[in-house]
Amino acid sequence: MDLVSKNKSEYLINRHDNQYEVVIGLEVHAQVTSESKLFSTSATKFGAEPNTQVSLVDAAFPGMLPVINEYCVKQAIKTGIGLKAKINKRSVFDRKNYFYADLPQGYQISQFKDPIVGEGKVILDMPDGQKEVGIERLHLEQDAGKSIHDLDPKNTFVDLNRSGVALMEIVSKPDLRSPDEVNAYIKKLRSIMRYLGTCDGNMQEGSLRADVNVSVRKKGSKEFGTRCEIKNVNSIKFMQMAIEYEANRQVDLIEDGQTIDQETRLFDTKKNETRSMRSKEDAHDYRYFPDPDLLPLEVSDDFIEKLKSEIPELPDEKKKRFIEKFKLSSYEANILVSDIETSNYFENVIKKSDVKLATNWIIGELFAALNEKNLEITESPISAGNLSKLINLIKDGTISGKIAKTVFEQMMEGDKDPQKIVEEKGLKQESDPKALEALIDKVIDDNRDKATEYKSGKVKLFGFFVGQVMKVSGGKANPQLVNEILKKKL
Amino acid sequence: MSDITKQALSELVENIKSKKLSSSEVTKAFVERSEKSKELNAYITEDYTNALNKAKKFDEKPNLDLKLPGIPMAVKDLFCTKNLRTTAGSKILNNFVPTYESTVTQNIWNEGAILMGKLNCDEFAMGSSNETSFFGNVQNPIDKNLVPGGSSGGSSSAVAAQLTPITIGTDTGGSIRQPASFTGTVGLKPTYGSCSRYGIVAFASSLDQAGPMAQNVKDCALLHEIISTYDEKDSTSIDFKRNEYSKELTKDIKGKKIGIPKEYRVDGMPKEIEDLWKKGIEYAKDCGAEIIDISLPHTNYALPTYYIVAPAEASSNLARYDGVKYGFRAEGENLIDMYEKTRSEGFGAEVQRRIMIGTYVLSSGYYDAYYLKAQKVRKLIKNDFDEAYKKVDAILTPSTPSSAFKIGEKTNDPVSMYLNDIFTVPVNLAGLPGISIPAGHDAKGYPLGLQIIGKAFDEQNILNIAYAMEEKINFKNNISDWWI
Repeated sequence: MDLVSKNKSEYLINRHDNQYEVVIGLEVHAQVTSESKLFSTSATKFGAEPNTQVSLVDAAFPGMLPVINEYCVKQAIKTGIGLKAKINKRSVFDRKNYFYADLPQGYQISQFKDPIVGEGKVILDMPDGQKEVGIERLHLEQDAGKSIHDLDPKNTFVDLNRSGVALMEIVSKPDLRSPDEVNAYIKKLRSIMRYLGTCDGNMQEGSLRADVNVSVRKKGSKEFGTRCEIKNVNSIKFMQMAIEYEANRQVDLIEDGQTIDQETRLFDTKKNETRSMRSKEDAHDYRYFPDPDLLPLEVSDDFIEKLKSEIPELPDEKKKRFIEKFKLSSYEANILVSDIETSNYFENVIKKSDVKLATNWIIGELFAALNEKNLEITESPISAGNLSKLINLIKDGTISGKIAKTVFEQMMEGDKDPQKIVEEKGLKQESDPKALEALIDKVIDDNRDKATEYKSGKVKLFGFFVGQVMKVSGGKANPQLVNEILKKKL
Repeated sequence: MSDITKQALSELVENIKSKKLSSSEVTKAFVERSEKSKELNAYITEDYTNALNKAKKFDEKPNLDLKLPGIPMAVKDLFCTKNLRTTAGSKILNNFVPTYESTVTQNIWNEGAILMGKLNCDEFAMGSSNETSFFGNVQNPIDKNLVPGGSSGGSSSAVAAQLTPITIGTDTGGSIRQPASFTGTVGLKPTYGSCSRYGIVAFASSLDQAGPMAQNVKDCALLHEIISTYDEKDSTSIDFKRNEYSKELTKDIKGKKIGIPKEYRVDGMPKEIEDLWKKGIEYAKDCGAEIIDISLPHTNYALPTYYIVAPAEASSNLARYDGVKYGFRAEGENLIDMYEKTRSEGFGAEVQRRIMIGTYVLSSGYYDAYYLKAQKVRKLIKNDFDEAYKKVDAILTPSTPSSAFKIGEKTNDPVSMYLNDIFTVPVNLAGLPGISIPAGHDAKGYPLGLQIIGKAFDEQNILNIAYAMEEKINFKNNISDWWI
């Protein structure tokens, strides 16, 4: 019943004779990679025992004052540069006031009117071309602690380890139009931040979460519909599911002649539905005002320029270089630059081996093998150096592609030198024409009837002979030579 | 020596350095006098035994190079003191014992002083009479029916009654200068950013400043040079060159230009205050200063501005007292219920009033009309002073519009209570230093103070002017020890 158009990347919801477009904006909360918190010196390690990384400042003891962590400021500015955004030389920390047990100060220090980073953009590579998504702003803020409600039937436990951890809130413009674009956007954002080393992007550990704003409108309409905000979604899959559910819910309401209430909703991952958390009327009045404990944050041009000089090559530039220099396809380049570790691995492999083969082996065999073992590229049992050697063995004809797969499998069991595997197991390709001729003569001799059939026109049998030769040679026969000699002999 | 507690700080320091007195003798004298003075209710928490032990220890190995060698001292209970209860005059912190020390008090102990106890104050420093303290009001040693001023009422009472040779208070809108004026003592509110706010229970962060309170200007200068340090733990602390204020103190103020702002002649100001001010002008002239009439045109707006900015910041600063982590908690049905009960029972009426005002002025829809406008007016007030300081070196005003009032006289009239800060509040809004010195008595014999306001970071200059005028004024406090 719910027909969704998927021609090109256009995502439309069809109801009766109406087509609806989905408009999505994201507020991504990215944890700043930093040893210590935004306004205190406490550690930020993930998975520490509850309440072991809490300072007097984090727990809001009387008379305690925040002091800005310069490193976090640098990280935010670097991220801003990565997002091709305007860096604001003067920004202001505000207090966002509300009461909750895991918010010790009774306010969160955030940036409201004057964020550290202004407008920027992110380029997405979609199947039908590139798409630019606008960034509205990036600001620094403190994370809250964690309330744990399910350890005790009556009490709530509070862990303040996260309290005061630095977050970057990255607000996109309402430029996204489909769950696929959201997927691409989050991945791209994550990739840029990982290149920069400003956020590890680990969604399982909560380093990257998002509030998703969704509205719908009839296709062609210029006006935005009323939006709902889905709070704190912590995986791309859930974001996509939440958007699909929410967009369809809104379309149903409109088709039913009802209006959409602007509200905050929660995504129930078990029931796969969003439900109302609070309406606009019940929205908190956060009473934002500049934090009088902190002076406005001012950074000089020199400070920004110095950070600019520290920015590594980012995915877009790297992709361009890979395509131009190594003649990769856009598809291949996208995959190889998607995260910094993969691109580093790739560049290490091709230092001493053929680019085309390396690309195929990394994207094909290596990714499949890693995937099967559930390993990251950084955990690859095969070092870039050894993969490079393997590729050279193929390239110079020492082993065939097929044998290479056998060698590769053995390399996956532990980072062994492919040269040694080939020698130890005697896998070297047989390329001596005389030896091959003898082999082939024997095969033809053993299969006289088939040879006769071939000669009388059953050319399909050629493959049978190749197979037999390979089998007898234990896969080591040079396939190209086998072909040539067989043709002559048959 | 039987009259140890009558000695000024500088005498005590001299006597300890020359070994005429030991720290134990001095500490014992002040502890005994404090113990005999419970009726004043100046202390919230006494730490006499520890103080005597520390004095003994000091005497065993006295470091006489320090500026406050073995000098006992009680401090306002807004300063967090490690391992000693710190209440801010509130039920909500009734049992709160910090594990840390404020920078200002640490500076004092580093110079050899010894903590005797924590002095009473208005709850979270919100008040002008010390009557909002959960621990009861404090009596003015001048007269048992008089308030000692506030919020540093315990501090002013204790210094005037010589329970401590010297002390520190905090001043958000006049909380050092007004009680100094009410008790015939000297109180300095330093430039904002001069003394670290680290470890001081916050009232209004952009206005709060710690400062010294003493019996004379010299003692005040000495304590100021000890407590004023740059502190990385306070982002609003300012790194400027600090003087050795007591060493550089001079009575030579010849040719200093002193401004008299016409806007401080407020309606209904008692004639006695007017006369005191005139007398002050004469004293200043006698010292060789040049008197210049000036205008601070936005003075009228200072009090309403203050009563928007200070409660706004307070409403947020006090949000942390929620019963979750430390301090008083009233049990509730659920989180919200616990919050409501804790904060209703834990905070007194004045604090609740200011939290409500502050919450209101920050609310969406009111923010621009109140908070934002107040910030703009605050800038205008500061500009007034900047303009004035193009013509003058300091400004002379009365410290308060009246002498000390009676306990209970203004408790049901908050606006009349707030009006008491009319001369002191503009100084906080502009972040300037101001000192109140005793300058005379009214018809009832109650002390009256004059305020000297300086340029930012120019504490030395106002201390010098105060020092010179102090000699001319030759003020004597009439304290009869009626409570002993």
